[in-house]
Amino acid sequence: MTQLALVIDLNVCVGCHACVTSCKEWNTSGTAGYMSDYNPYDKDPTGTFFNRVQTFEVGEFPNTQTVHFPKSCLHCEEPPCVPVCPTGASYKRELDGIVLVDYDKCIGCKYCSWACPYGAREIDENQKVMKKCTLCVDRIYDETLPESERKPACVLACPTSARLFGDVNDPDSNVSEQIRDNGGYQLMPEWGTKPANHYLPRRKTNITIHRDELTRVDNPLNKERQLPMPDDDDQTLDDIMSW
Amino acid sequence: MHPAFSVIFLTTLIGVGQGLFLALYTGQLYSVIKVLPVQDSPGFYGYGSLLALVFLVGGLFSSFFHLGRPERAWRSAAKWKTSWLSREVIVLPAFMGTTFIYSMIHISGWNPVLFSLSDALVVDLSLFVGGINMVLAFALFICTAMIYACVKFLQEWATPLTVVNYVLLGMASGFALSTAFASYVESDLIHFYGGWAIVLTVAAFITRSASLIRNNNIKYKSNLSSAIGIRHTSIKQKAQGSMGGSFNTREYFHGAKPSLFKSIKWIFLVLAFVVPVALLTSALATDMFILFLLAFIVQYIGLMAERWFFFAQANHPQNLYYQSL
Ligand code: SF4
Ligand code: SF4
Repeated sequence: MTQLALVIDLNVCVGCHACVTSCKEWNTSGTAGYMSDYNPYDKDPTGTFFNRVQTFEVGEFPNTQTVHFPKSCLHCEEPPCVPVCPTGASYKRELDGIVLVDYDKCIGCKYCSWACPYGAREIDENQKVMKKCTLCVDRIYDETLPESERKPACVLACPTSARLFGDVNDPDSNVSEQIRDNGGYQLMPEWGTKPANHYLPRRKTNITIHRDELTRVDNPLNKERQLPMPDDDDQTLDDIMSW
Repeated sequence: MHPAFSVIFLTTLIGVGQGLFLALYTGQLYSVIKVLPVQDSPGFYGYGSLLALVFLVGGLFSSFFHLGRPERAWRSAAKWKTSWLSREVIVLPAFMGTTFIYSMIHISGWNPVLFSLSDALVVDLSLFVGGINMVLAFALFICTAMIYACVKFLQEWATPLTVVNYVLLGMASGFALSTAFASYVESDLIHFYGGWAIVLTVAAFITRSASLIRNNNIKYKSNLSSAIGIRHTSIKQKAQGSMGGSFNTREYFHGAKPSLFKSIKWIFLVLAFVVPVALLTSALATDMFILFLLAFIVQYIGLMAERWFFFAQANHPQNLYYQSL
C-alpha cells in the first residue's frame, strides 16, 4: 500500500521559512480555499498555516547547535485524529495514505485537534473548519503540470533540498533509502501513531575517498610524460605535474 | 487545554439533568417495591422530569456554541462506530426524548399496566419507559466521559476515574436538585434524597480527590527530546514559528496565572463538596427550602469550577513544541 510522506532533513534545513510561505501561497489560492489571516500587517499577526518552522538551540554555549524544525501533519499510518471525528470529515485515503479533512462535512468541533499529539491541525477562524497539510493533494496528481513539478509546494520551494517527497512504503524509493541510510526517525513514537513523515537527524558529513581517486587519471600532462612522477608524499599540483 | 465555556455548561447541565432523572426514577422504583411512599404522579415525577429536561435542553443549547458550523451538527451522528463524541450526539437526544415521554406519561395519566411480575410487582408504562431511560442516562454519562478518557495522550484524562467522576458528580448535583425539588413540592422524600445527595457528594469527593492525587504524580510519556527527536539534556526553544501566536498557542493552554489555576482547585473542592454537604445537613435539620436550593446552586457553581479545572489541568503533548508559553 502506498504511503506518501515527507522526509525532512534537519541536517540541511537552514530555517528560511520558504516552505512555510510557499505552502501558504499554494494552499490559500488552491482548491481548499483561502487560509485566513488576522492582523497580517499589524501588531501580533496570526493566521492559519499548514506548516511552521521552529528553532531550537541544543547544548550549552559554546557547544551549541541551532536546529530548525519544520512541523506539519505527519500523515500518521495510525492517525488518532481520524476515528474520533464524529462526522467522518477527517479521513485517511486508502489510495496513498494522505490524511485529509472534508471541509464540507467538518462541523468545527475541534475534537480531532485534541486527538493529534503533534498539534498539526489548526482551525480556520474564519471558515470555522479544521485545516491541515494535504501534502498538496491538488497538485501532486495534476497532469497539466510537468512531471517534475508534481510535488508538494514546500518540497519545490526548499532551497537546500531539506524536504524529500515520496512513498515510504516502497523500499526502493528515494525517501525510503534516505530513511535507511541516514537514520530517519519518527516523532513521539511512544504513542503508536506511526507517523509517515520522517526526520533525518543532524550528522557529520563524511565523504570516503579511495586511494585511486587521488590520482588524476585524465590529466593531459600525463600523456606526454613531460614531467617526472612525484614521490608519494610530495605535494602535487595538477598543472605542473604529470600525475 | 483551554477550557471552553460551552463545554463546561454542556457537561455540568446535562449531568444535573441525568442525575435529577435518576433520582426521580429511583423514587418511583422504590415506591413500586414499597420501600418508599408513592408520590403524586403528575406533580412529582411528571414535572420533576420536565425540570430535568430543562437542564438537558440548556446543555444541548450551549453545546452548539462550541461548534464552528452548528448548522451541520446533524452530521455528527455519522461515525458512532468509532467516535465517542458521535455516540454522545446520538444518546443525548434519545435521553431527552425519552425523558419527555416519561414526563408526559405521568402528566397525562395515561399509564397502562404492561405486565406484572408478581402480585406486588406491577410494571406499568411509566416504569418501563423510565427503565429504558435509566439505561440511557448511564450510557450518556459514559459517552460524555469517554470523549475525554479515550484520548490516551491526554494523560490527566485517560483514566477510568474520569468516567467514575462524571457519573458521581452528575448524580450528586442531580440528587441535590431533587432534594430541593422535593422540598419545594413538600414531598416526604426530602430526607431520602437529601441523604443520597450527601452520600453521592462524599463519594464524588473521594474519587475526584483520587484523580487529583493521580494527576499530581503523572509521569509524562513524551518530552521535548521525543517530540523533536533530539537526544540532549539541554534544548532551548528560540522560535515558535509565529509572531502573534497561533491556534496551537490558543487552544492548548489555559492561559490563567499559576496562582489562579491553583486557587480554582481549592475553590471547587470547597464549593462542590464541603459547602453543599454542610448546607444539606443543616437544611435536613431545619427543612428550609431555601437552604436546599442554596446547596444545589453552590454545588453547581462549584462543578463549573471543577470542569474548568478538569480542562485546564490536561497537558497536551503538543505543548512541548511551545516551550516559552
Ligand atoms: S500528525 Fe496529527 S493530524 Fe496528522 S495524521 Fe497524525 S495525528 Fe492526524
Ligand atoms: S473539527 Fe471537523 S474534522 Fe475535526 S473532529 Fe470535528 S468534524 Fe471532524
